Amino acid sequence: MAEKNALYKWFDERVDLVNLEKFLRHKTVPYHRHSLWYYVGGMCLYLFIVQVITGILLLLYYKPTAEAAYESVQYIMTEVPFGWLIRSIHSYAANLFIGFVFLHMFSVFLMKGYRKPREITWITGALLLFLAMGFGFSGYLLPWNQLAYLATNVGTNFAVMVPFVGKWVLEFLRGGTEVTGATLTRFFGFHVAVLPGIATALLGAHLLFVQRQGMSVPISIEKEINAGKAKRLEIPFFPNFLYRDVVGWSLAFGLIILLSSLFPWELGEKADILKPAPPHVKPEWFFVFMYQTLKYVPKAVGVFGFAIAGGIWVLLPFFDSKSNRGEFNRLYTIIGIAAVVYMVVFTIIGYVAPGE
Amino acid sequence: MADEKIPRRDAINYLLGAGIGALGAATLYPIARYIIPPPASGSGTSSVSAGKVGELKPNEGKIFKFGNAPGILILKPGGDPASALSYAAFTAVCTHLNCTVQYRTDIKEIWCACHNGHFDLNGKVISGPPPEALREFRVAIKGDEIFVSSEEA
Ligand code: HEM
Ligand code: FES
Repeated sequence: MAEKNALYKWFDERVDLVNLEKFLRHKTVPYHRHSLWYYVGGMCLYLFIVQVITGILLLLYYKPTAEAAYESVQYIMTEVPFGWLIRSIHSYAANLFIGFVFLHMFSVFLMKGYRKPREITWITGALLLFLAMGFGFSGYLLPWNQLAYLATNVGTNFAVMVPFVGKWVLEFLRGGTEVTGATLTRFFGFHVAVLPGIATALLGAHLLFVQRQGMSVPISIEKEINAGKAKRLEIPFFPNFLYRDVVGWSLAFGLIILLSSLFPWELGEKADILKPAPPHVKPEWFFVFMYQTLKYVPKAVGVFGFAIAGGIWVLLPFFDSKSNRGEFNRLYTIIGIAAVVYMVVFTIIGYVAPGE
Repeated sequence: MADEKIPRRDAINYLLGAGIGALGAATLYPIARYIIPPPASGSGTSSVSAGKVGELKPNEGKIFKFGNAPGILILKPGGDPASALSYAAFTAVCTHLNCTVQYRTDIKEIWCACHNGHFDLNGKVISGPPPEALREFRVAIKGDEIFVSSEEA
């Protein structure tokens, strides 16, 4: 104890630990019937850290060229001790990560957590979702298997639709006019350097704002408190909230390990330009609702529709003036639920629709 | 122009701004050029060997590499394997979303499995979402080698 105190003193003299302790003791999280959703963001953070750690481990053996990528992942899966586990964790956690980012976003949306003064938190969060999808899209190609090769062909081709500079955007993404080894090497650079760099900066900003502003309380609860129908309750962040976080993280980790052990991530067959596309080619699940939509509407309508909807979604706090005034905006709740229903339904159709 | 007075501070700010702007442009231009790759040596491919005479039987197709993209060569039903006129060759990249198409011997059509696009043996769309025909290649036979070239057939 005395020793710990000496160490504590040593740091305290230099970085003012007393202040930090006071701060930790005073940080609280609102407690009400919707506060379960406050844990979802922390889950995203946890899974991101899992990705960074397992990603760095994969880097020790992965080789980013068309000649060697597939074989190097095969080597990770079959020769490297626990390589199958590390790769499977990276793949399952990636999917879980994106699922939780969607969940986090829609729960914030429905609780109107984006309303003034938290606009910037929302914008950085929405950009992080796009980044997460970029991680998924670029990572998917890295094992250089046939499905990934085809999906990348289809996915990058949408770039030509960017007005005026589409051809250049396409060549920038592909590292040439077609999907080749040059694309793989580029995607590798995006996946392990460009995206992690941007994501870390955005995440830093996101967390800084959350920290400065604390958690928002949904308007409905705010109203009940103001009407005297409910009490304003809070729990300390440390240790009460963090302990509950850790319970969630442990459950997620257990689930990931279970899935990885029972169903190690597939590798598929090596990419071969001479093989035709098999039926039922699909992008990763979180792109399926868009992909399915494009079967019903003309390509241009669909692509520009999604681009505009995505842009509006990012800037949403500036449109919802009613919530910004602290009034309950039913229309936005309906829009949010409609968006979730649309995405879920089209994803399901994408998986069960026959004959395509 | 001559009698227009620019306060000294504004002039200096303007020069500073222009200097920073020029520096920014001089930095960004090479980066912008760098990230778009130069045309690959193989991408100007105009003629490749797509296979040998006798490799395909009538009503069969195969995919070959045309530069970095796939092409499809078909020996039409009832066609003479030794005559260039019996063959048809197209890019195998579907005009819809870029999947690789294949030849279906059962329906004698080119088929894209991704969204069920059908093309006839002239590359024209029969049904499905593809918006336009497959680009056709010219086929020539030299010795027992089948050559495919990108000049319009
Ligand atoms: C939000 C974060 C991330 C997501 C969503 C993500 C997603 C993915 C996905 C879906 C794959 C393909 C899995 C497979 O089929 O093997 C992959 C592979 C890979 N990732 Fe990540 N990743 C993330 C972060 C990182 C980071 C930070 C690094 C390294 C610093 C990294 C390094 C790698 C490597 C080397 C591979 C190729 C090995 C393989 O395919 O098994 N990843 N990633
Ligand atoms: S990509 Fe060929 S039909 Fe859609």
